Amino acid sequence: MASTAEIQSGLAEILEEVAGVAPADATPEKSFTEDLDVDSLSMVEIATAVEDKFGVAIPDDELGGIKTVGDAISFIEKHQ
Amino acid sequence: MSAITLPTGPAGAQILGVGAYRPRRRVTNDELAQSMDTNDEWIQSRVGIAERRWAEPDETVVEMSVAAGGKALAASGLSPEDVDLVVVASCSLPTQIPGAGPEVAYRLGIPRPGGFDVNAGCAGFCYALAAASDAIRAGSARNVLVVGVEKLTDVVDMTDRSTAVIFADGAGAMVLGPSDEPGIGPVVWGSDGDQRDAISIPAPGEPDAGNLTMAGQAVYRWATTKLTDTLQEAMDRAGVTAADIDVFAPHQANLRIIELMAKRLKLPESTVIARDVVQAGNTSSASVPLAISALLESGEAKSGDLALLLGYGAGLTFAGQVVRLP
Repeated sequence: MASTAEIQSGLAEILEEVAGVAPADATPEKSFTEDLDVDSLSMVEIATAVEDKFGVAIPDDELGGIKTVGDAISFIEKHQ
Repeated sequence: MSAITLPTGPAGAQILGVGAYRPRRRVTNDELAQSMDTNDEWIQSRVGIAERRWAEPDETVVEMSVAAGGKALAASGLSPEDVDLVVVASCSLPTQIPGAGPEVAYRLGIPRPGGFDVNAGCAGFCYALAAASDAIRAGSARNVLVVGVEKLTDVVDMTDRSTAVIFADGAGAMVLGPSDEPGIGPVVWGSDGDQRDAISIPAPGEPDAGNLTMAGQAVYRWATTKLTDTLQEAMDRAGVTAADIDVFAPHQANLRIIELMAKRLKLPESTVIARDVVQAGNTSSASVPLAISALLESGEAKSGDLALLLGYGAGLTFAGQVVRLP
């Protein structure tokens, strides 16, 4: 099981790869769409990359509830 | 009791000619931004579409099919009498019956061919191509006209910015004939019917009746995760590798999907990637032959090139095959 710090850094790597977000910007309070300029299709790519990396399933109907980096970290922690 | 006898078909089928019809009216993103809350940057970054063609009232499904089919027939060098099967792939024919196949054939002067329509959403053309190729190989038909055509502006709510900026109109066609060396590889097709609601035109009495609806995120996820294996299998079954593919022409739904697929397939730098979606929008079952036609016209694709085709869409359905360009 990945620690919170490992999840945060893993997520930051994915955000950089998929959406060009600087790792230093990927802090828990940031909103994907409002602060990090991640659009709905990039959210899908982030979700599938997270699924591969952390072995969790993020169905489309749950994806809409993940608004911030912190939401994503909590989701992964709860489901890994 | 007499045994049933079967004809012996040729070793393979091949594409003999390609034709296209693009509606006259060109609609830019800036024009759309005047009537709905959208803008060029938003559309280009999400779907990669810069402009699309919208058919006017006289540019019907049948008229566009006749125009594209006539060009494909001329390019094939065959006369109408040589064609004995006409297959039209579409999901936007305004009538349930009759289908477009017989009328398109009649209008082109093709005498009494087999004629039917295929509805497999945006995968329709690749399904029809497989059916036509197999009909030739089985000896059921000699030469086949296959048309992919859509007038999606008839079935899209033109005030809905989530679909009106994406879907568009047009027709593409190919004429197939027999060949000693196969020019159309085995089809890899399938469907995920549990996602039937992901893309649909709801029936009368249902919410959004008559208007094409799409769960964009679900379709994007499916297309970018489930279809790479289909493409690989289509190459494997045809006995070729990514290094052999000269042209990659998947359904022109979204430029981001096209680029992601190309990246995941590890196609060589030299492979020409169809990006007709930029100029044509998403024309559903017309998109693959329209894209191939554009590449042949521009000279980016050449006669003899191996092309990897993929259709995917409502159903959800998918079909892919490797073909040699005429």
